[in-house]
Amino acid sequence: MATEAGGAVAAVAPRVARPAVPPGLLLVLPLLLYLLVLYALPVAGMMLRSVAEPHWTLANYAALLHDRIYALVLWITLRISLVVTIVVLLLGYPVAYMLARLPPARSNLLMILVLLPFWSSILVRSYAWMVLLGRNGIINQLLLASGMTSEPIRLLNTTFAVYVAMVHVLLPFMILPLYAALRGIDPALLRAAASLGARPSAVFRRIVLPLSLPGISAGCLLVFILALGFYITPALVGSPRDLMMAILIQQQIDLFNWPLGSALGVVLLAAALGTFAVFTRVLRVEQTFGRARA
Amino acid sequence: MTSARAVPRWLAALASLVLFYLVFPIFVIVPVSFSSGSYLSFPPPGWSLRWYANFFGSGDWEGATWLSIWVGLSVTVLACVLGTPAAFGLVRGKFPGKRLLNGFVLSPIIVPGIIVAIGIYFVYARLGLIGHPTGLVLAHTCLAVPFVVINVSAALYGFDERLEQAALSLGATPWRCFWQVTFPLIRPGVMAGAVFAFITSFDELLVALFVSGTTAMTLPRLMWQEIRQDIDPTIAAASTMLLALTTALLVSVELLRRRGETLRNA
Repeated sequence: MATEAGGAVAAVAPRVARPAVPPGLLLVLPLLLYLLVLYALPVAGMMLRSVAEPHWTLANYAALLHDRIYALVLWITLRISLVVTIVVLLLGYPVAYMLARLPPARSNLLMILVLLPFWSSILVRSYAWMVLLGRNGIINQLLLASGMTSEPIRLLNTTFAVYVAMVHVLLPFMILPLYAALRGIDPALLRAAASLGARPSAVFRRIVLPLSLPGISAGCLLVFILALGFYITPALVGSPRDLMMAILIQQQIDLFNWPLGSALGVVLLAAALGTFAVFTRVLRVEQTFGRARA
Repeated sequence: MTSARAVPRWLAALASLVLFYLVFPIFVIVPVSFSSGSYLSFPPPGWSLRWYANFFGSGDWEGATWLSIWVGLSVTVLACVLGTPAAFGLVRGKFPGKRLLNGFVLSPIIVPGIIVAIGIYFVYARLGLIGHPTGLVLAHTCLAVPFVVINVSAALYGFDERLEQAALSLGATPWRCFWQVTFPLIRPGVMAGAVFAFITSFDELLVALFVSGTTAMTLPRLMWQEIRQDIDPTIAAASTMLLALTTALLVSVELLRRRGETLRNA
């Protein structure tokens, strides 16, 4: 930014170096106060409730350790999130790769196919899977018509349905950061490697893959954290065996089991923030993360 | 990274399959919504508009739609008013703890929705705000404001500050400089943030599930209730209209993005 023109302007008007906006903190203050009162304080209140009701106690956490169901739900949540993240990465990479290598006009057009699901409501998309996978749904109709089964098979309210629908909902969150990373790779590098005799597989393994690593880690982080807190999709298409943390918390709150529900909330929050901290510390993905949703 | 024959055929085929998987389920809802049958059978036994008639004929759906629009617009205004100046401070300001503050402001994106929902539920239960649209607006704004901050920040990072310096050196007051130079240039970012904020509120279910009560029924909340009770195709009609709205907003943001690029390169 510090070009000659800028310097000249500054020299002409030294009194008004950069006063277009008064410096910083004051501008952030209203939002900061708003979020402290309406977001941080309520979350802190929930955390407090997990140890302070009806009096100071760790009994709620002891209960979480004591009954195996809670550890099981945490395990189910982590397992589903991990599997979904891996599948989303494997399916998302080819799409991002193709979009990044097509000429801009065509890739912009195909990008709409990624952005449309990204923008439409999770509720609508989960409902679509109920329509597809239901007993009289399209997939069963196709299976029946083709003679592959003689009666409808159970697809909805299974773990399979949870995976299929969650992968569908979360795919755009992987494709977008991957695309940004792949788009940023200088094509001259690929041409140079190829002209020096590298086979396509070697070009991919030794140039494209390493350079897209920031996109991979940003996408995996985003998808994994979002999956941890999933409620709508598993509640609609899953079976009772796919009880995820968010559903369990909601059930506890509904049963007026507020302290225990709060303790579960603290566990989920710790899992999400812990994942974020580890990822950003180890892989330094913060910047790509910001850009991914920008 | 563009070159003409750079994508092997097998890869293009695989990617096309994934794209099909992404888009197909969404469009399945559309024919179902025009079905004349009362079950979710496919292909529909015949065509009719009865589920749309049902949607518009029932006060419940209409009331929920208007409430969601109203809450969404209020959230949009509040989030832009709070988020735009904050983005300025976070991009251009110099003060200790800026990175930490930036992380805090963006954190509602990664904190699971259920956590925010129950935290707010406990507070509202005590204050008697359950079932008030105001409560929904206040809570949704927390979830929507990061998107305004992200979009306005992105616009500010691509901003050529020499334009402001020129305006000021030619005698414009800072106020005039802001409204005549700065704001027009970052407006695409603010508007993209506004659309994100509206969608965030309009689609939000978890907070609504806890604080809507019975008197502030939003559209997602009503859809949720109907889906869980019985899935008659009125939900498909509602979903189809939501898809149409989404598509319209997507197109408008895409146009805003292009306009932003032209303005910046001009």
